Amino acid sequence: MSEVKKFLYVNRKAPYGTIYAQESLEVVLIGAAFDQDVSMAFLDDGVFQLTKGQDTKEAGLKNFSPTFRALGDYEVTKLYVEQESLDERGLTLDDLQDIQYEDEDDDYAEKPSIIVVSRAGMADVMADQDVVLSF
Amino acid sequence: MATLHTVNKSPFQNQTLLSCLQHTKSGDAVLLIEDGVYGATKGTALSDAVTGLSAGVKLYVLGSDLAARGIDVAKLGKDITSVDYAGFVDLVADHDRTQNWL
Repeated sequence: MSEVKKFLYVNRKAPYGTIYAQESLEVVLIGAAFDQDVSMAFLDDGVFQLTKGQDTKEAGLKNFSPTFRALGDYEVTKLYVEQESLDERGLTLDDLQDIQYEDEDDDYAEKPSIIVVSRAGMADVMADQDVVLSF
Repeated sequence: MATLHTVNKSPFQNQTLLSCLQHTKSGDAVLLIEDGVYGATKGTALSDAVTGLSAGVKLYVLGSDLAARGIDVAKLGKDITSVDYAGFVDLVADHDRTQNWL
């Protein structure tokens, strides 16, 4: 059994103006197959990726926001969201999707995946990783 | 001789929207599209600056880009008008020139 490493995917871009957000999700889902300890971080414009109510029909874009709610099935259960980034953008936790995972160590109880942290807390999360990938 | 300005970048990511607003003349219009629509919401760290720099300028936002990003029109700043694609065309036709702030 090889050593499990801590991977952090850092998301700092809004969802549709560039391809970064969608590519990040693709890589996270691929990476999830390798049984590593995967977390995602959302800061700066990255917090916009998690907003609820995205409707891309008229804009003619692919709405990938429901994918975030499936991450728990791939054992990606830690989505760190930076409080200051929300505040600057006039957002609260209430503006974000309710993303949950089933905790297999706790009788499959549904638990929230989103963990709101301060900017200093986010720095701690980043410093705690083996590998950091930026999008 | 009024200009329609379009801005397609998030104002939290770079200075394009603020620079655009600082280069507008009275009677101009600014249309926020794509990630530019994030500049249209109230209660943000930038909403006061956007309002302060828009005196004499009409602000518009493309409704389909708002919807794609989950932004309700109720969150738009005061005096910001949502338009559809046909409204976008009307704005282009009604101004002497269009300047895209990329």
